[in-house]
Amino acid sequence: MNSVGEGCTELKREYDQCFNRWFAEKFLKGDRSADPCSELFLKYHTCVQKAIKEKDIPVEGVEFMGPNREKADS
Amino acid sequence: MVKYFSCAGFLKSSWDQVFLAFWQRYPNPYSNHVLTEDIIFREVTPDNCLMSRRLLTKTSRAPRWAEKFLPAHMAQKAYIIEDSVVDPQGRTMTTFTWNISHARVMSFEEHCVYRVNPDNNSWTEIKREAWISSNLYGLSRAIQEFGLARFKSNVTKTMKGFEYVLAKMQGELPTRTLAETATVKARETAFAAKEKAKDLASQAQKKQYV
Repeated sequence: MNSVGEGCTELKREYDQCFNRWFAEKFLKGDRSADPCSELFLKYHTCVQKAIKEKDIPVEGVEFMGPNREKADS
Repeated sequence: MVKYFSCAGFLKSSWDQVFLAFWQRYPNPYSNHVLTEDIIFREVTPDNCLMSRRLLTKTSRAPRWAEKFLPAHMAQKAYIIEDSVVDPQGRTMTTFTWNISHARVMSFEEHCVYRVNPDNNSWTEIKREAWISSNLYGLSRAIQEFGLARFKSNVTKTMKGFEYVLAKMQGELPTRTLAETATVKARETAFAAKEKAKDLASQAQKKQYV
């Protein structure tokens, strides 16, 4: 699957591979050892953030599960 | 005005397989409308839950009857955010998805809860709720009907995409019949609602001349 940043797809692929392995073999089994993918994520993340700014994608200031707060109250 | 929709379904795979498949969903034969996928935030909480934010770009397909009412240079791509929390201890996953573009034309929000199927603990239940609204003058109802129809058709594709990826992960290949049935069903649902939306749009147009 492609990244929104055309030059980030390869970095995304490397990160995804690392994450999927950690997720299946450690995280889901309750192993709390630190995720070994943080460096890969940082490289990938830097690339994507640049693309997001260039394309003016409005992701800033959006609270996690933000709109859901309103749903929970109504 | 808001259209509310809810449904429950299940996947015949265990919760851990489903949660893993969730991150490997794209691409799949039913996701041609999904152009890009990126994790833009991820964190493990102190109580060992995984919070993630995924940014998706999807094709923005307005039906032909709506095109003449929409801004001439409206973007052809829609941006969607999906926030999720995976709790491996509780074996649940909660997701919240909404569009961050085109919201003035139509806005949708979807909330899903994935958990172990209470009747069969080797299956996973998915409870889905959606809120679809549009405030575009005179066309709200037609847009909402269209939005709801497209959402339902996408739910079918989502489930089929999941089943495909899970079968691939488990070394089986889905039968052609399943894929065909899904496509036919999705088309039928979309067509029926398309007709309804067209009808509402022409009614709205007629009202303007009265």
